[in-house]
Amino acid sequence: MKKFLIITIASILLSLSNVNAGTDEENSLSKKNPGEIKDCFEKVNRGIFAFNQGLDNAVFEPLAKGYRKLPVPIRHGTGNVLDNLSTLVTIPNNLLQGEIKKAGQNTVRFVVNTTLGILGIFDPASGLGFAALEKEDYGQTLGAWGVGEGCYLVLPVLGPSTVRDTVGMLGGTIGGGDPWYNVTVAKDTHYFTDFDYYGTRATAGIDFRAKNIESFENLEQNSMDFYASVRSLYLQDREQKILNSKKIIDTMDDGDWEEIESD
Amino acid sequence: MSVKKFLFKFSLILIVFLTLVERSFSLEPKEFVQSVANEASLILTKNFTKEEKVEKLESIAEKTVDIRGIGYYSLGAHRKNLSDDKKKEYLNIFEKYFLKSFSSRLAEYTDPKIRVDSQKKLNEKYTMVSSVLLATKEKPEVKIDWRIVTKNPEKPLIIDVVIEGVSLAKVQKEEFNSIIQSNNGDINALLTSLKEFINK
Repeated sequence: MKKFLIITIASILLSLSNVNAGTDEENSLSKKNPGEIKDCFEKVNRGIFAFNQGLDNAVFEPLAKGYRKLPVPIRHGTGNVLDNLSTLVTIPNNLLQGEIKKAGQNTVRFVVNTTLGILGIFDPASGLGFAALEKEDYGQTLGAWGVGEGCYLVLPVLGPSTVRDTVGMLGGTIGGGDPWYNVTVAKDTHYFTDFDYYGTRATAGIDFRAKNIESFENLEQNSMDFYASVRSLYLQDREQKILNSKKIIDTMDDGDWEEIESD
Repeated sequence: MSVKKFLFKFSLILIVFLTLVERSFSLEPKEFVQSVANEASLILTKNFTKEEKVEKLESIAEKTVDIRGIGYYSLGAHRKNLSDDKKKEYLNIFEKYFLKSFSSRLAEYTDPKIRVDSQKKLNEKYTMVSSVLLATKEKPEVKIDWRIVTKNPEKPLIIDVVIEGVSLAKVQKEEFNSIIQSNNGDINALLTSLKEFINK
């Protein structure tokens, strides 16, 4: 029954997004008009955004500030454990995107950090010369397969997303694509509880918030329309991550720069 | 010294001198970005008050940023509907807005170290310069790319800063568009918001 519900929700959401998988050499994402943002539910999104901001002011920001007072080694260790757990989602997505070599490297990274690194508290893999971890998720995989981002969404508590990324997230958790979710929430393994999963998710949120306190404050203070700024940041960031390109210019459309000349 | 030898030496010195002069005028975008970053870093490292830092950063921006270009870009398609007077009014307000927004964003940083790595010429007008904001104990390395206007090679100007793939000019363009759109396409709503920001 649960699987049926997931498939139904995913199908509805995907039908809202512009699925444009194709075999063109060029990724359709790089061709889309950069001026177009599909904010189909803007009023609702803005309402949820305001709710999230209230929640952030009341709960997450104070928690993040408290977290920042912890000694640096504890914060680094926590960040490492969370990064190590996220590798469990990155590896299947490497495979789904056809990046076999990266999947292999990340598997070794996970094994090394979980054993030598004592459950991921330390990161000996980086010391051994492994490349920095590039996180992947199911939303990025859908994007890499050519699925358009669809409408922009703001999710309660979780924040900015798109139809595609929400479908990816649902598939990645409830759909069984996240091994950590599977052993904590989905199956009763007797070793872990639901609390372990939700605890790590909440800690990951606080860790991210703590790392970005100044950037968020700065952006909020210098924005006339904070909602629009966050939306733009999120969509640009996702586009860059989906293209997996180190070269910034690969993701930029120069058309709108050229137009300046016509004035 | 014979006249021939003298002329030869003189010509040689002249050639070397002219080459040096030429080099100093056509500044490579990479060198330009590194020098701007160093200048800004020096101000942020020194023990100035926030107000002093803001004032000095504004003065660097006035010399090195294509504020007018960013202003046009930020308006997107809306600039085509503007009268010349409105355009003038907008650019005047935008410059004040930009300087305030830019300098207060930067003034929060302390001792940023930027290493410029490479440059890529996109066309006659633009070159992208790639750099890295070096990691500190607290923060990881951040990739920063700079879009440089090279229409006049003697005076390159910064027109966009792209942080980890996020173009700040594009964020601003989309923010401006959102304000105009939510006010039924009225540019005056944007002008009011800009003025409010300046007077904040």
